[in-house]
Amino acid sequence: MDEFVNLKETELRLGLPGTDNVSEEIERVSCNKRALQGDTENETESSMMKMETCPPRKAQIVGWPPVRSSRKNIIQTKKNESDSEGGRGVYVKVSMDGAPYLRKIDLSCYKGYKELLKALEIMFNFSVGEYFEREGYKGSDFVPTYEDKDGDWMLIGDVPWEMFVCTCKRLRIMKGSEAKGLGCGV
Amino acid sequence: MNYFPDEVIEHVFDFVTSHKDRNSISLVCKSWFKIERYSRQNVFIGNCYAINPERLLRRFPCFKSLTLKGKPHFADFNLVPHGWGGFVQPWIEALARSRVGLEELRLKRMVVTDESLELLSRSFVNFKSLVLVSCEGFSTDGLASIASNCRHLQDLDLQENEIDDHRGQWLSCFPETYTSLVTLNFACLEGETNLVALERLVARSPNLRSLKLNRAVPLDALARLMACAPQIVDLGVGSYEDEQDSESCLKLQAAIRKCTSLRSLSGFLEAAPHCLSAFHPVCHNLTSLNLSYAAEIHGSHLIKLIEHCKKLQRLWILDSIGDKGLEVVASTCKELQELRVFPTDLQGGGNTAVTEDGLVAISAGCPKLHSILYFCQQMTNAALITVAKNCPNFIRFRLCILEPHKPDHVTSQPLDEGFGAIVQACKNLKRLSVSGLLTDQVFLYIGMYATELEMLSIAFAGDTDKGMLYVLNGCKKMRKLEIRDSPFGDAALLADVNKYETMRSLWMSSCEVTLGGCKRLARKAPWLNVEIINENDNNRMEENGYEGRQKVDKLYLYRTVVGTRVDAPPFVWIH
Repeated sequence: MDEFVNLKETELRLGLPGTDNVSEEIERVSCNKRALQGDTENETESSMMKMETCPPRKAQIVGWPPVRSSRKNIIQTKKNESDSEGGRGVYVKVSMDGAPYLRKIDLSCYKGYKELLKALEIMFNFSVGEYFEREGYKGSDFVPTYEDKDGDWMLIGDVPWEMFVCTCKRLRIMKGSEAKGLGCGV
Repeated sequence: MNYFPDEVIEHVFDFVTSHKDRNSISLVCKSWFKIERYSRQNVFIGNCYAINPERLLRRFPCFKSLTLKGKPHFADFNLVPHGWGGFVQPWIEALARSRVGLEELRLKRMVVTDESLELLSRSFVNFKSLVLVSCEGFSTDGLASIASNCRHLQDLDLQENEIDDHRGQWLSCFPETYTSLVTLNFACLEGETNLVALERLVARSPNLRSLKLNRAVPLDALARLMACAPQIVDLGVGSYEDEQDSESCLKLQAAIRKCTSLRSLSGFLEAAPHCLSAFHPVCHNLTSLNLSYAAEIHGSHLIKLIEHCKKLQRLWILDSIGDKGLEVVASTCKELQELRVFPTDLQGGGNTAVTEDGLVAISAGCPKLHSILYFCQQMTNAALITVAKNCPNFIRFRLCILEPHKPDHVTSQPLDEGFGAIVQACKNLKRLSVSGLLTDQVFLYIGMYATELEMLSIAFAGDTDKGMLYVLNGCKKMRKLEIRDSPFGDAALLADVNKYETMRSLWMSSCEVTLGGCKRLARKAPWLNVEIINENDNNRMEENGYEGRQKVDKLYLYRTVVGTRVDAPPFVWIH
């Protein structure tokens, strides 16, 4: 536990010194709602995820952007809905073939596949290769897949991002021979 | 003209309806002033504190329609604290005591209470039209009074108000004998709606032209309503939530096909995309489409709808439509006059849904475009220069780059040249909002070229007082100037005090003006109300006997003929 306490001092983040509190505040609110409820293990897990992968949000300026409250509420509602719907896969388990334990990530932290795959690569220390629409991922033994609402294992990257976030239940990074079945072009 | 009897002159004046023209007429001579004032039907008061009800009634004893505006524009973005002012009550009380046969009341950014609405509903026998825009302070009880008492009501139009919804039965307060409804807009109500009362009301309103529902009206009710009112011209569909009920969808499609007069569509607050196609049969007639609250609809569905709308003149949309979607708009909507693109990501730095490319595409494809409001993440000078060349007819040009101080994302230069091109090309520009990284130079251009400019909004721009001075000296027709978070101070504020008599108002927040500067201004210009809004410090600023070097958080000044207002809250000081 102790090793996580000092991580904040050494982490590299975008943003001016002295803005730590504000951006952290925003990050905590937007990425980490569940962390407050979970047990300590999840908390440290999530806070490490926050530091590695969540882009720091900018401080909110009063009355900016110049958008009426009624419009802001519409957008906020949409964001909250996608954040809080349990079965829709905001926090999802990630397993990697051969790894001893699973991880959990918050899909709403990412804007798209590029960010997500980068985060996974860092987390599990592997490389995912390049995505091709027809052949899938080429250039790596690893293939990122996910289980959708219907229980099928799908290749990550085929559908629009928003649809993926809504339908993804869990992630699995397949390796080796099993991965070849999903069209890995090696 | 003095050889004609007054009645003839008055008859001629009847054909002059614009406020500006009537104001001009009244200045010609004493006799015209007198005839004009007794015959003016519509009075427009742009700032409710510039005049008072007594003087209004003394000058125009016979008007039928009154328009009043209260809070300054930045109140829309929560920059004006609650309780600042803009109360309509004293106006309604004064009008009720007088003999004015009020028929229409239009209020914008005012505080309206249930008491006000009740008094209004009881005081004017021929009251026909109530339009409330961005108002607050009342509940559905007030609406119930209007419904119960206004026998000849035609229009009840509630736009973007904050209404306390008591989920009462206000709709059922319209008497069964009441059949004169023409406009009903309650889209901003949050609570449940009595659907039975609503359907019966619509069924007995043969003159109904405009109906805008709130989110509590489900698809099957919408279908029944449209079946009752096939003559509808302007429809706000409320939530439009898909209940997986194909029967409702079929009924809706059938009802829609009969609405051959439909020209304007809005709502879709919680829309499910696949029912959107139900409207395709009427799209070719639409002139106005507002999908800016449809956060749930994916860009591709929006595009499919718009592809059918070849006659569109007005389009309000979310940036989820993307640049590609805007290209479709540009190639489809050749009659487009007004476009508003609202943001879906308020924080910036993320999903770049629309960029400068979309704006350029629109400017190239839509020759009749004259009004634009465009929220985006990035812009370039080159794009703005192209837009200016393509569209020299802009009357309103409002560009909001979400990240303050953001430069041209290709050259990293300020956007001075881009906006400069806009003001130079658009000789009829009346309204401008600037954003992104801007130096004093852009204001030099604005002062030089924007000769017709009446309203200018500035945020996070400029370097020195010179910027503001260029604008004040150059823009002879300026009426409303609103500035936030820009380094303009006392020197600019005080340079030409008489300028403010030619303007309606000036707003400056988070700038460099000081208390001392404001006090000096107030002394030099007793015809102005110089209001300082300081929510945080309350009275501490004055009590310390401060030399007045302290910066003022919010300054709002306006010309007035009735002096300091008496209803200001403690955190507003008026000098």
